[in-house]
Amino acid sequence: MPMKLPIYLDYSATTPVDPRVAEKMIPFLTEAFGNPASRSHAFGWTAEKAVEDAREEVAKLVNADPKEIVWTSGATESDNLAIKGAAHFYETKGRHLITVKTEHKAVLDTMRELEAQGFEVTYLDPLPNGLLDLEAFRAAIRPDTSLASVMHVNNEIGVVQDIAAIGAICREHRVIFHVDAAQSTGKVEIDLARLPVDLMSFSAHKTYGPKGIGALYVRRQPRVRLKAMMHGGGHERGLRSGTLATHQIVGMGEAFRLAREEMAEESKRIGGLRDKLLAAVKDLEEVYINGDLEQRVPHNLNVSFNYVEGESLMMALKDLAVSSGSACTSASLEPSYVLRALGRSDELAHSSLRFTFGRYTTEADVDFAISLIKEKVERLRDLSPLWEMYKDGIDINSVQWAAAH
Amino acid sequence: MAYNEKVIDHYENPRNVGTFGKEEDGVGTGVVGAPACGDVMKLQIKVNDDGVIEDAKFKTYGCGSAIASSSLVTEWVKGKTVEEALAIKNTEIAEALALPPVKIHCSVLAEDAIKAAVNDYRAKSGVDDAGYDICKSAA
Repeated sequence: MPMKLPIYLDYSATTPVDPRVAEKMIPFLTEAFGNPASRSHAFGWTAEKAVEDAREEVAKLVNADPKEIVWTSGATESDNLAIKGAAHFYETKGRHLITVKTEHKAVLDTMRELEAQGFEVTYLDPLPNGLLDLEAFRAAIRPDTSLASVMHVNNEIGVVQDIAAIGAICREHRVIFHVDAAQSTGKVEIDLARLPVDLMSFSAHKTYGPKGIGALYVRRQPRVRLKAMMHGGGHERGLRSGTLATHQIVGMGEAFRLAREEMAEESKRIGGLRDKLLAAVKDLEEVYINGDLEQRVPHNLNVSFNYVEGESLMMALKDLAVSSGSACTSASLEPSYVLRALGRSDELAHSSLRFTFGRYTTEADVDFAISLIKEKVERLRDLSPLWEMYKDGIDINSVQWAAAH
Repeated sequence: MAYNEKVIDHYENPRNVGTFGKEEDGVGTGVVGAPACGDVMKLQIKVNDDGVIEDAKFKTYGCGSAIASSSLVTEWVKGKTVEEALAIKNTEIAEALALPPVKIHCSVLAEDAIKAAVNDYRAKSGVDDAGYDICKSAA
């Protein structure tokens, strides 16, 4: 069977909607189109039931009570609601917040906005392997700290933070603990009955659901309160007003149900594929893996190919759909802030590629990717004056560069 | 961001990739940019006794537009005198490759690479800025 090019290896950016999910969603567009808040007729009741069934599926994946699940437009909105909502509600306790430099922009920019509103934020450095130093975290907590936000799985390097331990520290100091789990659902176990987490953000489109829908877990035991961001009809117990998008919610519910049923098997298969690619690239000279390899989801591989620039590598690998930590590929001319926070040099951040595997990745895809990567890296190194210098034994760090522009 | 076909062409079929031998005469080498910026261009020109660039080679660490800009420059300088090569403007490079605004700096770097290579050639061969061979006029 001919391969569909380009081969998609960017599952952390987004995932295709599983056909089973799409099939379940469609009737709610044209037939069962009622507003779930319409209490007086069958159109409303049908939609409401579908919403509540989906809510239960989301809750089941993370072992929470359905009453603790609030629908939002996505993990970005969930992050905003959690962080701003809690920071404002618990303002009298304190105005100090803690987070990590490697968080998603949805968290970092929200924190920055709160700083502009007079809150104080501590942005912690991770260790070079991407994990948070628990003692550094503990030391950052102050009497006026009200909230901490640490993501479960990092989108760029795939490392898994020890949220059980971080949450325990938060409990000790009565700090509300928010976790962005957009990248974790369907990849790692989440048991909110056991994890000391107060708020957790979920995204549908990272787990084979549609874009534009997410959820926020809000703990009820002990009760966590939030100041609402969206006001209107008082939906979702006043926490998030706005007519519920039944078809989207049904999609997310079905996606999360499939994730619960298929996660174990799928993660094993995907891990095998990732490890195959890892073994192949480790074979090449001057290759650096970004982020801890052990505490990492099996779906992610983030590699820097020294002396080769990321965007030129992506152009060379045009038959693969991947991401780079190179500045050229971001709108600004700055390299990945996540890789920089790990202590990676600008050069290595510029030379990085992120491969993320998923449900539809085949072994043939990986074999093709391996041969293409080897060929193109060699080719670009032949073109590279830095590789030439390295081969001539010149220490590139000692060179005085005339950065002419 | 879809890649422009002219840029892809230079990447797929780069012109004049390589390095002149260390013992070769009349070679000027310019290295511009910095790894921290994600762009390093090495441009070499081989100038004959009449002050004409008879050959050029390049190596570049950088994005597709950077590779294309330096590759294009090696084509353009061949057959030109050193003065003519210095007159090449980054705007001409950018236009020839249809570079988008965010990639204009690649063409600027390529223009700088030419200047750096010429400066190096002149320093090595004792030619002063007016382009006359100092040794010849002194004799």
